[in-house]
Amino acid sequence: MAGRLFELDDFQLSVLREIGNIGAGHAATALSVLMQKHIEMNVPRVHVVSIQEIDEVIGGAEQLVVGVYLRVEGEIPGSMFLMLKMESANMLLQILTGSHQPVDSFSELEMSALMEVGNILAGSYLSAFSDFTKTNLHASVPAIAVDMAGALINAVLLHIGMYSDRALVVDTEFRQGSENVESHFFFVPDHGSVETIFKLLGVDFA
Amino acid sequence: MNIIKVGMADMNVACSPDVLRTVGLGSCVGVAIIDLSCKVAGLAHIMLPAAGRLDVENPAKYADTAVPLLVQKMQQQGACLNRMIAKLAGGAQMFTNLNQSDLIRVGPRNVEAVKTVLDQLRIPVRGEDTGGNAGRTIDFSAADGSLTIRTVAQGVKTI
Repeated sequence: MAGRLFELDDFQLSVLREIGNIGAGHAATALSVLMQKHIEMNVPRVHVVSIQEIDEVIGGAEQLVVGVYLRVEGEIPGSMFLMLKMESANMLLQILTGSHQPVDSFSELEMSALMEVGNILAGSYLSAFSDFTKTNLHASVPAIAVDMAGALINAVLLHIGMYSDRALVVDTEFRQGSENVESHFFFVPDHGSVETIFKLLGVDFA
Repeated sequence: MNIIKVGMADMNVACSPDVLRTVGLGSCVGVAIIDLSCKVAGLAHIMLPAAGRLDVENPAKYADTAVPLLVQKMQQQGACLNRMIAKLAGGAQMFTNLNQSDLIRVGPRNVEAVKTVLDQLRIPVRGEDTGGNAGRTIDFSAADGSLTIRTVAQGVKTI
């Protein structure tokens, strides 16, 4: 399986990208509603990366970020990780609370607001994904931390790390116009989940 | 002086005056070993405590396979086992409000596993900055064995 991840053909990659597209599309809509601003998303990228090189996907392992982590439970287990740059988190809080000053640390209430944003995004991503694959998927209670991007992704990759040295990462970037709201949403299917996705969708996976 | 990067689940060996660096240690543990008389240093970025029945596609990933391999690589560069000392950093719990599985306590378990292996190899631990909830970036100098630890909230310290 670990080896086979490297051998995804163009069609299989496009299937995974499409799943990302549908899920992230719903999440972007939810975020737009929440922020009352138009949120754009990029076409999701599907990376197969060795865990040694994961830094390249997250862009700067030492960068301070807000990370919201959820486990996906059900037939297609995996991890979801929302990574917000500090500017984006500050912007979000300003919109949500109306009175926030940009800072590098957040109050308990602000942390729980950001966690809820992660929850809403993951929830809408997952409901689209589960409709598409006709499976039952749900997300665990989210966990949140503000720290180095590398250290947070470390924790997210533990489930994959037990089985493989490579991870498949579906990465979608959200942006809000000229303002500095930039965030990434990562879906990292567990070992074996990619196989399940293809099986459910009737895609050949030898 | 060169800075030699060590990725997640990876290891490297360096000679003085080079520096080994690993960025963003979360629950992973950075094991730094040095033979100060010949100034050969090694650094491993360990992800999980034990290989067990799982794949050992990459021995650098697990405490029980990484530490002996790192020692062996250092010996190939002229280091001597009975002169080696070790320093540790990492093993944090990054997401504190998460506790549904054993995996979450993997930080402390990594630290414990590394110490057990070092003990079996009779390599003394001369410095440690482990646990807590913060990510760490570490630099290990092959010139003097100093381990510099950077965190977001607590700044820089050297052990």
